[in-house]
Amino acid sequence: MRKNLIIFITLAVLSFGLLGCPPKEGTGNTSTSAAGGEILVGEYGSMTGPQATFGQSTHNGIMMAADEVNVAGGINGRKVKVLSEDDQSKQEEAANAVTKLISQNNVLAIIGEVASSASIAAAPICQSNKVPMITPSSTNDEVTRKGDYIFRICFTDSYQGEYQAVFADQWAAASAKPKTVAMLTDVKSDYSQGLAKVFTAKFTALGGKIVGTQSYANGDSDFRSQLTAIKGTNPSLLYVPGYYTDIGQIAIQARDLGITAPLLGGDGWESPKLIEIGGKALEGSFYTNHYFYADPSPVVSGFVQKYKERYGQTPDALAALGYDAMKTLADAMKRASKLDGPSLRDAIGQTKGLVGVTGTINIGPERNAMGKKLVIEEIKNGQLTLKATIDPAKGGKVEMNNAAPAAVTTTTGGPPPAAATTTTGGN
Amino acid sequence: MTKSLPWWLRDLLWLALFVAVLVGLAYGLDAIPIVGMAYYNRILVLMGINITLAVSLNIINGHAGQFSLGHAGFMAVGAYFSAYLTFYHFAPRLDKMPAGTEQWLMQNVFLVIAVLCGGLLAALAGYLVGLPSLRLRGDYLAIVTLGFGEIIRVFILNIDKIGAARGFSGIPHWGNFFWVFLVCGLAIVISWRLVQSSVGRAFLAVREDQVAAEAMGIDTTRYKVKAFVIGSFLAGVAGGLYAHYTMYLNPQTFMFVKSFEVVAMVVLGGLGSISGSVVAAVILTFLPEGLRSVKDYMPGGRDPRMVIYSIMLIVLMLTRPQGLFGRRELWQVFGRKKKRDQSEAPPVQ
Repeated sequence: MRKNLIIFITLAVLSFGLLGCPPKEGTGNTSTSAAGGEILVGEYGSMTGPQATFGQSTHNGIMMAADEVNVAGGINGRKVKVLSEDDQSKQEEAANAVTKLISQNNVLAIIGEVASSASIAAAPICQSNKVPMITPSSTNDEVTRKGDYIFRICFTDSYQGEYQAVFADQWAAASAKPKTVAMLTDVKSDYSQGLAKVFTAKFTALGGKIVGTQSYANGDSDFRSQLTAIKGTNPSLLYVPGYYTDIGQIAIQARDLGITAPLLGGDGWESPKLIEIGGKALEGSFYTNHYFYADPSPVVSGFVQKYKERYGQTPDALAALGYDAMKTLADAMKRASKLDGPSLRDAIGQTKGLVGVTGTINIGPERNAMGKKLVIEEIKNGQLTLKATIDPAKGGKVEMNNAAPAAVTTTTGGPPPAAATTTTGGN
Repeated sequence: MTKSLPWWLRDLLWLALFVAVLVGLAYGLDAIPIVGMAYYNRILVLMGINITLAVSLNIINGHAGQFSLGHAGFMAVGAYFSAYLTFYHFAPRLDKMPAGTEQWLMQNVFLVIAVLCGGLLAALAGYLVGLPSLRLRGDYLAIVTLGFGEIIRVFILNIDKIGAARGFSGIPHWGNFFWVFLVCGLAIVISWRLVQSSVGRAFLAVREDQVAAEAMGIDTTRYKVKAFVIGSFLAGVAGGLYAHYTMYLNPQTFMFVKSFEVVAMVVLGGLGSISGSVVAAVILTFLPEGLRSVKDYMPGGRDPRMVIYSIMLIVLMLTRPQGLFGRRELWQVFGRKKKRDQSEAPPVQ
């Protein structure tokens, strides 16, 4: 009895003692925004939990960008220090982490999250404290509507859906097939529903026809009844805006049933597991993404090489977006008239023509990155290849990549190893 | 407070005192000029919500002995319904009023109504779930309640008006320290008085031996449902406050994992011990946050937070499998022990 009691008391004291010792940054750097010390930037992300790979990739990208900024002389001579907090992919913890970063560490700006739900939970806190927040990869339109301190450097779901429709239209024209698309959407995911809605509107406006719409719930294993119904409509393209976890099975069962139409999806497909599960069934299918790791442009190849040297893995889209988010922030901090919330907010809002790994970043009036580049990746011979790029800066046309795909794939050696793995929540 | 006063007057006086202390604390905490006070305040409020949840689940799991794993579902009902009322009915009305004392007063009145309605709907849900499922016992009941909790969540996931999968955002920030701890205090008192009452005795009888209880003339199903309804009501109220404090609800928050977190609080504190639930809720809410600073002392900036958290849980459960306080209360554990053998036996409360 007594022994147990002692253990309990020790544990209790230990746990409470931890509250007592304030984090080093908390006390030492409270006035950094004003004085000449380090500039503190907060990052919250899912370092643990079901979406841990999201958070870790983003974190790697951010840290790499921060180090590059510091090596290049920092922000007008002052170094940037990134403080990261884990939120376990939970909204409640995301809000806690951001509150801590703002009130205890007194950070100048916040970067995060990947999952839109976590970003939406944390955004009002940044807004009410007048701390600018940049989300690297939350694509849900709602995030930046939370206030004028909330920015985004990736494209939104509605933007992505629209260009998927444009691509589908052009692809059908190029391959001389009727403009008919069947859709299979995930009822459980707002991401999937949102994309489907935008896609339908744009595709029909372009003269295409949605011949069938079926739905499934994330986690289902049998899609045969929906796919049988779709087979009857004989579409030239099967649009599946879901997460990679279900895509593999959908592709396999579609091929079993004799559907030969290629599948089209969005950035939720991004994962090395995609081809692992889907295998041959996915041959010839496409998905839109933020960047392509084997893009031959010097910005991308330079980034991929440096990232590989540092972390020993191929960067996925989230790492690239994390890198770009930090670069955007650093650029704005250099331009800001003063290093405080409102001035920094104005500076981020004025970001124009910043060349990033994921395309040129222009922040528009709704605090979203406007006219971001989209890449469309095709699965060929079990490898990801660049099918087309859409760069609105160059007129928003679908530019098919006609370079020999073999040359691209051999230089890189396989798909990115650590990439998106989630089933819910939306990017 | 003398014994000569009528009981209701005595209770009212205590309530007034409690409210006064809370008001003082709420203002006092805001005024303390510590770095990161907003953060500590936030953790405190979440603690209050978790205490309410743990105490309410303790009525079902601890006192009535019915192992329920659906608490997150009832919390979700309360959270979503109160948020719905506020967002669609109360907030638009409040926006039309001129700013001032009257508006401030109405805001709090609306909050109380919304949260109470959320609690009532959760209680109704608890009744509907409890009536058929409480005829089961043990593992079977746990599985059924787990299922019902998930059904509630999937149900919410399919209602577009309250956000469906994208979550319900834009809930006004009406919840605060005062309301959360007022509810928390009331929950503890309700739970404590309940155990002392005849209903509470019936709960304990059902827990100890259902067959014997039935033989003594206790309508076991009725009392089990009663415990379920009271527990769900308090969970719904806690959910309503949660919604008005965090301003954003997402069905993912109310996954069965949330139920397990509350069960962990109750089991860690000791099934049937009210003060145990309170202490465990405080520890388990605080630990993940308090351990954030550990990574500052780690080489390479690695974050061992969740590892330490899990190890602490394991160590606690290994050293005290019956929970921190077993079935006793805080003061019974730390107070003088009369007889050693009596202390290990279930207490006569």
